[in-house]
This record gives sequence, C-alpha cells and structure tokens, in this order.
Amino acid sequence: MRYRGLVTLAVVLSCVLALELACALGWVARTVIIPPSAMVASLSDILWSGEFNRAIALTLTNVMISVVISISAGFVLGVAIHACDFLRRAVEPYLASYYAVPTFIFYPVFIVLFGVNSAAIIAIAVLLSIVAMITATMNGLDRIPGVLLRTARIMRLSPVKTALMIQLPAAAPYFFTGARLSVAYSFIGVIASEFILSGDGLGYAIAYAYNNFENRQMYGLMLLIVIAVTLVNMTLDRLDRRLQSRLRR
Amino acid sequence: MTVLAMASRDAPKAAVEPPAASLRGVTRHYRFPGGGKTLHALGPIDLDLRQGEFFSVVGPSGCGKSTLLDVLAGLNPPSEGTASFEGKPIAGVPDGIGVVFQEDASFPWLTVEANVAFGLKRAGIGQAEIERRVDYAVGFMGLRDFRQSYPAQLSGGMRQRVCIARTLVLQPRLILLDEPFGALDQQTRLIMGDELLRLWRETRATVLLITHSLDEAAMLADRVGVMSARPGLFIDVIETGWSKDRDSRIVADPRFGEMTGRIWEKLRAETMKHMQTQGAGPR
Ligand SMILES: Nc1ncnc2c1ncn2[C@@H]1O[C@H](COP(=O)(O)OP(=O)(O)OP(=O)(O)O)[C@@H](O)[C@H]1O
Ligand SMILES: [Mg+2]
Repeated sequence: MRYRGLVTLAVVLSCVLALELACALGWVARTVIIPPSAMVASLSDILWSGEFNRAIALTLTNVMISVVISISAGFVLGVAIHACDFLRRAVEPYLASYYAVPTFIFYPVFIVLFGVNSAAIIAIAVLLSIVAMITATMNGLDRIPGVLLRTARIMRLSPVKTALMIQLPAAAPYFFTGARLSVAYSFIGVIASEFILSGDGLGYAIAYAYNNFENRQMYGLMLLIVIAVTLVNMTLDRLDRRLQSRLRR
Repeated sequence: MTVLAMASRDAPKAAVEPPAASLRGVTRHYRFPGGGKTLHALGPIDLDLRQGEFFSVVGPSGCGKSTLLDVLAGLNPPSEGTASFEGKPIAGVPDGIGVVFQEDASFPWLTVEANVAFGLKRAGIGQAEIERRVDYAVGFMGLRDFRQSYPAQLSGGMRQRVCIARTLVLQPRLILLDEPFGALDQQTRLIMGDELLRLWRETRATVLLITHSLDEAAMLADRVGVMSARPGLFIDVIETGWSKDRDSRIVADPRFGEMTGRIWEKLRAETMKHMQTQGAGPR
C-alpha cells in the first residue's frame, strides 16, 4: 500500500518534471501549455487575491447540493424500485442504458424550466449523478446474502430492525460506492454546466479565461479543480477501501 | 408412518413425555420460477424429536435436509402436513429455537465478539451476563485470540464457529445445526463434536444435526435418521444406544464401526440411486 502510493507519486512527479523541462527547453509553446511551476504560481495568485472566492464558493455549494439531493433521493428511489418488482421490471432496462444518453442535451429544457441560474445547473448535475446512486442501492440490496436475512428471521427481528441492523450494514459498502460515484458525477455535472451555460462559477471562469487568451489564469483554475477533486476522491477512496475490506469473504 | 411406529416402539418413554417437536405428513414442494411445474423436495415426513435427544440426519446431497430444517425452524411452512414445537403448531419462527445454517451467516461488519453478542443485546439481557456468556462461548469455540477480529480475517471454519457461538449463547431449547462443521478438518470436527456433546448435556437442549459425515452422525447422536434421495423420506431411524456421557473416544469402540456400517449400508443404496438418476456413478 505504502509502496504503491510512492510509485504513484513518482509517476506524477516525473510527468510534472518532464513537462517543466519541455517548457523550459522550448519544446512546447507557452501559448499551448504553461510550465507546472507557472501553474502553481498562478494558483497561489488566484487563492491570495481572492478574486475567484465567490466562484469557488458557488461551485462548491452547487456540487454539495447536487450530492445531497442525488444521494438521498437516489437511495430512496433505489429502495422503492427494489421493493416493487413490477416497477423494477419496467425501469431496469432504462437504468442499465442510462449513461449512454448524453444528459447535457437536456440543458435547454432546464433553462426553460428554471432559467439561467444555479437551479438549472443543479438539475443537470442531479440528473447525471442520481442514477449511479439508484443502481448502487439496488445492487447493494440484491447482494445481501439470503442467509443473513434468514438469520434475522430466526432472531425474530422486526422488519424495521432487520432493515437497520442487517440490511443497511450488509449493503453499506455498495451504497458507499454509489455515493462516491454521485460525488464525482456532481462535480462533472456542475462544472461542465457552468462551462457551457452559466455566467458564474469555476467552470465559467475557465471558459472566460480561455476565450480571452488568459492562459496563465486558465491553467491555475484547472489545477485548482484537479487538486480539489483529487483530495475529495482520495478521502472517499480510503473510506471505501476500509468498508470493502470488511465485506470481503 | 413406519418411522413413527418404530420411534414409539423403541422408546416407550416418548409416549409419556411430549415430544420437543413433531412433524406429521410434512411435505415441501418448490415452484419452478415462471412455470406451473413444482419440484417435490421433501416428504411426507413423520418425525418426533424427543425432549432432550440428540438426533442426526444423514442423506444424499439435495435430498431435502435443509428444507426439513427450514420447516422445523418456521422459516418455510410445509406444503402439506403439520409441524409443531413444544405442542404448538409452528407458524413463523417460534421462540426458543436456534439455527446454525449451512452457509456462512456471520455478520461481516461486526467483530467476533459483537457477532456473538448480537442476539443477547436484543434479548434484553444485562451487560454482565452478556459478557459472561460471550466469554464462555468464545472460549468454548476456540476464538479467544480473535475476539476483536472481523469475519473477513477468519478462516471459513472459524466463521462457522462464530455462528455456532452466536446461536448457543442464546440458550435455545431446540438447536438446529445444518452441517456446522463442514468447513473443519476431521480432527477438529471430532473435538468440536465433543464440545457439542458437553454443551448438550449441560443445557439439556434438543439437538437436530444435519451432517455429511457418517462418523459424526454415529458418534454424536442418540438416533440417526437416514434419508432417501429426493424427495427425502426417512428410510430408517437407527437408535445408537450410546450412554449420555459419551465422547469422541467411542470411535475406537467396535460397536461404533458396526453402527457406521449399518448407516452406510442404508445410505449406499440411496446414494447410488441418486447418482444414477443424475446420470453419474456406477450402473
Ligand atoms: N428455494 C428453493 N427453490 C427451489 N428449489 C429448491 C429451493 N431450495 C431447495 N430446493 C431444491 O430442493 C431440493 C432439496 O434441497 P435441500 O437444500 O433441502 O437439500 P439438502 O439435503 O440440504 O442438500 P445438501 O446436502 O447438498 O445441503 C434440491 O433438489 C433443491 O434443488
Ligand atoms: Mg443443505
């Protein structure tokens, strides 16, 4: 584990160094990519100046709202579809092929419904992330070994106690995987929507910098997003692995 | 019917003391998914489990042993016939029954200790008493060094022992065990068998043990029920006649060899019949 982490770090570092070297030697034009050291400098300018604090706060808030909605509603819907066989047979084919549909084509619909504001962005992000949670919830409930439910019956647990004390912990690792995906999809949904359709947020800031040939700023913002997403993902990954290692039989 | 007659002839005292559990004309049919066809998995079975006896069941794979256990545990109602526990018809899982299933049923999200204590906490038993019983059961099952481990860190046999401990601490009056030592080696099986006998003597519970091991069945039981190939019927119920304070050393007794020989004789023909209907085995 330690060793693997070191290898990953070494790979990333050597890529960064190679890029730095290529820029310094003039192999890539500054108009294409700026050296990593300049990206870091730009990022620190962005953070110190506070120029983008509003955009950062807005994007993170939208992501958070999308995460909360898609995880809670996705869980409830997953449980409901799982409980209702009829509903499940009707819905399952659509869920299975859901991610083949480019959700962003619906953006005009949401603009009409909500106007050009955070609600439309959050709607797109939820649309993108909720299905991952629904599918994971159903999958988790499916995978609870039957013998655990029979054990609950032998111990004469009530349906509520069975749900809380057996089904929930038994399926928790699967729920968590769904939650993780929802977080990732929420980031994608929010930032991409800001990029194409809004006048605010980090995604918009990148688009704006790009349109105005502000290379330095653009790369600084990109670095910010990459670092933020990586940190979130690493934290969730660690929790995930802890859950999964218990599940393994 | 023959089983019933034999049971009452061999043990006149069963007529005096009411049976712990009894089955009358019990059958079980499974429906194939979708189709109207059904699979006749079990019975008709007539069986009286005497109060405090140790009853072993042996039979070819797929003959309906686990199905029989499900009926006794109240998990599945019989398709026909009646099942009762302590004189009351079984509808749903009755109080006082403990089951160790054939599959691993340990809770992977709890430590060994928490697994064993799971049922006790719910039964509203005091903390001190819980600790005492868990302590005893964990030691009894040879899991003392693993109290804080999670099932994923244990071997299959150890996980099965966690499940046995979790059932025994509840002190059920009827204990149903479905191949509980299946994941253990022969030596450990014998030792665990001894422990089980000791516990059985102490608690005076009624035990029904399903096993694939003829030795285990013959050594542990007061009576051994031999089942036919599916649909499972009791083709014979053999009284072992061992004294109550027996242990695994009985395997050295010449009468033990005789006993396993008798069981095997009954079972051999059945097993061959089963294999032949499945297109395998000697013809
Ligand atoms: N839930 C079920 N649905 C349909 N058929 C079933 C079901 N459970 C068991 N059966 C069938 O009933 C028969 C008896 O199964 P059972 O599990 O009782 O056998 P068993 O004697 O316990 O076998 P083993 O010794 O291999 O554990 C088998 O033919 C099996 O296919
Ligand atoms: Mg079985």
